[in-house]
Amino acid sequence: MAESIEGTGTATAFEELPDAPPRRRLRLSWSGKLGACVVAFWMAIVFIGPSISPYHEADILDEALFIVPGSDNPYPETDYQPPSSIAWLGTDYLGRDTLSRTLFGARTTIGISLASTLLAYLAGVTLGIAAAVGGNVMDSVLSRFNDAILSIPSIMLALVVIAAVGSTIPILIVLTGLIYASTVFRIARSLGLDVKVSDFVEAARVRGEGLWWIVTREILPNVAMPMATDFGLRFVYVILFISSLSFLGLGVQPPQSDWGSMVRENLSGLPYGAVAPLVPALAIATLTVAINLIVTISPPMPAGGWRRGCSDARAARGGRPEDRRAQG
Amino acid sequence: MTLLHAILRRTAFGIATLFVVSVLIFIGTSILPGDVANIILGQMATPESLAALRAKLGLDEPAHVRYFIWLSDLLTGDLGFSKAGAGAGTIGTPISEMLMPRLANTLKLATAVAVVAVPFAVTVGLLAAMYPGTRLDRAVTFTTLGLISVPEFLVATLLVLVLAVQLGWLPATAYISGQETGWKLVRALAMPALTLVVVASSQIMRMTRATVLNVMSSPYIEMAILKGVPRKRIILRHALLNAVGPIANVIALNLAYLVSGVVIVETVFAYPGLAKLMIDAVQTRDLPLVQACAMIFCATYIVLIFVADLVSILSNPRLRHPK
Repeated sequence: MAESIEGTGTATAFEELPDAPPRRRLRLSWSGKLGACVVAFWMAIVFIGPSISPYHEADILDEALFIVPGSDNPYPETDYQPPSSIAWLGTDYLGRDTLSRTLFGARTTIGISLASTLLAYLAGVTLGIAAAVGGNVMDSVLSRFNDAILSIPSIMLALVVIAAVGSTIPILIVLTGLIYASTVFRIARSLGLDVKVSDFVEAARVRGEGLWWIVTREILPNVAMPMATDFGLRFVYVILFISSLSFLGLGVQPPQSDWGSMVRENLSGLPYGAVAPLVPALAIATLTVAINLIVTISPPMPAGGWRRGCSDARAARGGRPEDRRAQG
Repeated sequence: MTLLHAILRRTAFGIATLFVVSVLIFIGTSILPGDVANIILGQMATPESLAALRAKLGLDEPAHVRYFIWLSDLLTGDLGFSKAGAGAGTIGTPISEMLMPRLANTLKLATAVAVVAVPFAVTVGLLAAMYPGTRLDRAVTFTTLGLISVPEFLVATLLVLVLAVQLGWLPATAYISGQETGWKLVRALAMPALTLVVVASSQIMRMTRATVLNVMSSPYIEMAILKGVPRKRIILRHALLNAVGPIANVIALNLAYLVSGVVIVETVFAYPGLAKLMIDAVQTRDLPLVQACAMIFCATYIVLIFVADLVSILSNPRLRHPK
């Protein structure tokens, strides 16, 4: 996440231009740094989680592990065990290790969300920029179609499709990617339109540069920064969306672990004070709040700029509630 | 005249959107493999019995014919029959019979949420915007940011943990038979409504605050400040009047957003509303029922978005002349 916000790849191209403005430095406030640390932690878990986890995600812990020395009960309960040295964060409703499942679940939850967000960006930015530079007919066709998709609550769209084709990980990724592509499209198109009418694009056109050159060297580098910020937010919404689907039992299917479905599976333990439903819920919350801390609070906001506070106001002025789609 | 024109334009656009939505929902449920005949017959399906059932249900017609049959039935209020059944013994129940009590329950919940959340959130959002940078403002900003970053089911879970498990004030599930009145109804609705109020009001607060601050940064407010108008008067006479339209818009958008919030909340609390019915229908792949529920939700959503657009047109004369 941190990398994509700094947008180092595009910033290089940005600096090559002779009259490029000084590069925006990313200054993080303390809350931003905290957020970056938490995000980095979870990203590390995605890669090393399965290798450091004490058990496999699908392993039901052996009863023998829980025999209390001196007790003559040879078959102790293994489900909803409180945290102990055997299972650091206790066990879930089937007696599986919560810590291991959370570590494995990071890969599923973050992996699917990241893949969906990337897909949404690939489709949304491509079509959005195409609509911005492609002339009136293309713009109206793409925009009208996009408006129709945007006006369906995302969870309804997902429910209908999942009812029809079932739920596998590739379907989840493509479905979520396409749903969120519509919001990315809107942003990419409006940013692209802003840049398209700027003087330097006009100058490039007068110089006789081709459309491809203008798009890749003038428009894309200039929409990259705001898009990178939006990427962070969109990623949060996708995580919440995927988790909500899993929570409804329509996302990642068992026995694979996933934070959203872990909360659902273990809800029945809540009245007994089990920690099993709280651990994955906290995992989701820490990750999403951390990303929000990086994206919304830390960087200095340019006047009339493009960050969250402004997009709220923009939405309030008559936009669609697309900023909040993931929650629903 | 231009106002009427703008409203007609939006209405036409709303109807067109509903039409596209109905096509998408139909495509989503009908053209994909595994039709209703398969689901009803299940293991016992032979090619002959499948063909016979398809002919009986009209599934052997081409897709576009089936779409128009479905659409005209829908427009005349005939929602068809639940073909796969959302539970044992419900096969063949008219969908409208299943929908109506559920719809009533969901409307009760939504009304309760709107009545509580809207005045509360707008007031707090306004206070935060009136005193930016104060402790109140920072508390509001931080809390709402936290609340919109966590999934609804987490909010619901924590509320159950505190209010139902630890304190024992409220029941953990929200069973409602439809006959409750007065205090009993309030108690049954309390948990799901509270969850939705928490989630929806954090959105409304954030956006109300952002909207009013946005108005506060406009030139005429600066003019008023320079003239020496007292701050309270600036906010109440100049800023608030100009923010009424956008705030009404915010409220309409957030009520539309409740459409999806309700899906999660009804599941958590086993509240017998429309969304719960739809989730059950998705799990049993009762496609006609899914289609009907999805159409109701999408139509509600589109109507609320339409109202939001209408409010912005009415509140801002400049929007009456589309560029």
